[in-house]
Amino acid sequence: MKSSRFDPVVLTLGFAFLYIPIIILVIYSFNASRLVTVWGGFSLQWYREMWSNQGLMDAAWVTARVAVLSASIGTVLGTMAALALVRYARFPGKTLFSGMIYAPLVMPEVITGLSLLLLFVAVGVDRGFWTVTIAHTTFTMCYVAIVVQSRLLTFDRSLEEAAQDLGCPPVKTFFKITLPLILPAVVAGWMLAFTLSLDDLVIASFTTGPGATTLPIKIYSQVRLGVTPEINAICTILIGLVTIGVVAASLASKRTELRRIRDEHVALRGSS
Amino acid sequence: MAKTLGPVKRKFAPWTDPNAVPFIRFENITKRYGDFTAVSNLNLDIYEREFFSLLGPSGCGKTTLMRMLAGFEEPTEGRILLQGHDISGVPPHRRPTNMMFQSYALFPHMSVEKNIAFGLEQDNLSKGEIAARVQEMLKLVKLEDFAKRKPGQLSGGQRQRVALARSLAKRPKVLLLDEPLGALDRKLREETQFELMDIQHTLGLTFLIVTHDQEEAMTVSDRIAVMDKGVIVQVDTPAEIYEAPNSRYVADFIGDINIMEGGIVSKSAEPGQAPVVTLDCDGLPVTVEQECAATTGDRVAFAIRPEKVRITLDQPENTASNAAYGEVWDIGYLGDFSVFLVSLADGRIIRAAQANVSRLVDRPITFGDMVWLTWPKDAGLVLTR
Repeated sequence: MKSSRFDPVVLTLGFAFLYIPIIILVIYSFNASRLVTVWGGFSLQWYREMWSNQGLMDAAWVTARVAVLSASIGTVLGTMAALALVRYARFPGKTLFSGMIYAPLVMPEVITGLSLLLLFVAVGVDRGFWTVTIAHTTFTMCYVAIVVQSRLLTFDRSLEEAAQDLGCPPVKTFFKITLPLILPAVVAGWMLAFTLSLDDLVIASFTTGPGATTLPIKIYSQVRLGVTPEINAICTILIGLVTIGVVAASLASKRTELRRIRDEHVALRGSS
Repeated sequence: MAKTLGPVKRKFAPWTDPNAVPFIRFENITKRYGDFTAVSNLNLDIYEREFFSLLGPSGCGKTTLMRMLAGFEEPTEGRILLQGHDISGVPPHRRPTNMMFQSYALFPHMSVEKNIAFGLEQDNLSKGEIAARVQEMLKLVKLEDFAKRKPGQLSGGQRQRVALARSLAKRPKVLLLDEPLGALDRKLREETQFELMDIQHTLGLTFLIVTHDQEEAMTVSDRIAVMDKGVIVQVDTPAEIYEAPNSRYVADFIGDINIMEGGIVSKSAEPGQAPVVTLDCDGLPVTVEQECAATTGDRVAFAIRPEKVRITLDQPENTASNAAYGEVWDIGYLGDFSVFLVSLADGRIIRAAQANVSRLVDRPITFGDMVWLTWPKDAGLVLTR
């Protein structure tokens, strides 16, 4: 089929729509002028100022700790939930449980945040670092459960049976056979959870307290006072981190694919 | 049966010894999944060092039976004895059985030697012992050069060998093989069948194999249990299963056979002579030298293997019984054999197989020829079930 001249145009428009706002943000983070919309020459001063902005740096540090912790706990819980859903053929309330695991995905964040806030108030916990972490664990574990569940559905159970048949007790089998094989999905789930926690604004603002301001909350409150190029700088760094993460993940999966193809070539030579 | 079955000499036949103690005993085993009964009140004895096959179509309960022995399923009723001990409730990792899985179930993240060593590591053997045993196993399955490879880098046949080596490494009392050769091509399958027999003989283990491939079961087994819908229809040596099936089901499942429905006309049992049954198969008179439980007037079936039917162009001397006249309707050339499909006047088809003993290009019998089919009195048999 002859490619029409229309195709590249559509493609360019589509990509422009997606990326121009981001590009503008990145460009203006290098702006020497204090005015966000007027170009005043290239400069790295906003990066320096961002670095010395203690409030911003504290918020970044809180966010990083919350994201790592909640992603890790969420991954453990989510993986366990996925195992329970896939493995135990029938238990009372399975349908309810599997329906409920999806609920936070479609639930408006405002409602999740509000209900968690009410819970924390009712229980009488001081809001702060730990309440944000718990809140993030709650909603990220669902994403992990779904990613791991889809991997487990294609997992050949005879591998576990073979391990047990060879004398390996069930729990050891999980750590020696199952976990290494589903690890890519677990890691992907962790990364997803980490990213979700990193950029969550709504739930965090409901559940946080004094001394535990996360980066999105900090950015949002600063923007309300006017956009400073510092915000552009920190956003550029965030974009950079996410880009590196995505590229690394796709390179890793590409390498797995290449190795699989190479293995098959070796196998074909070996059999002839 | 008047004539005991052929001169198949067997030194190893513990099942004929009334004092022999079974190694594995399935006692009144029933397995239900909800409303579905997979195995129904089944009894079976398997002896030490036996190569035993469970044969049947998919869904007959053979795999369920094997998985109950491995411990992956618990029987709903009944018990399984291994060397006289009830093994109900013993989890798979504490049972002295090892299994070779249909999918091979090789651990993809471990090398060949790690796969083979896996079971040994669970027993806390010393490093030196494990390494020695792994080497021994690699040699047994001729994969010494592939120790460091991952399963993904092996061909189907090599994977099958790794799976075999891994399941043999712990020297199990019983090796369970679930459709072990199903994924291999025909040539490799035949070679491997003989290797399996060889390994079983050398190591002196008890092998229980599950298969739907009757040729495979015939080749490797000491005894075969033919299963249908959760019950065992017949347990016998391959020769007995082939030559003396006890029912239409077994006769039809194993090999090629002509089955004609008919009624018993008369039975004679002269002292000093073989008992003879005379049948009328819808107008075709048949006499069979056989002892038969059915009585005159009963509906039975006459079964005869194609290779026992003689096909000629000339009319034989005696056409009063055990002879049919028809037209060659089709010829299947199989290389070693040719199978003639002969259509009788009433439309029934009888198959006759003839060994192609010479390389004649001109074959005397061809499509459309009118031919005579004859068979001796002891070639076919009467099936009452």
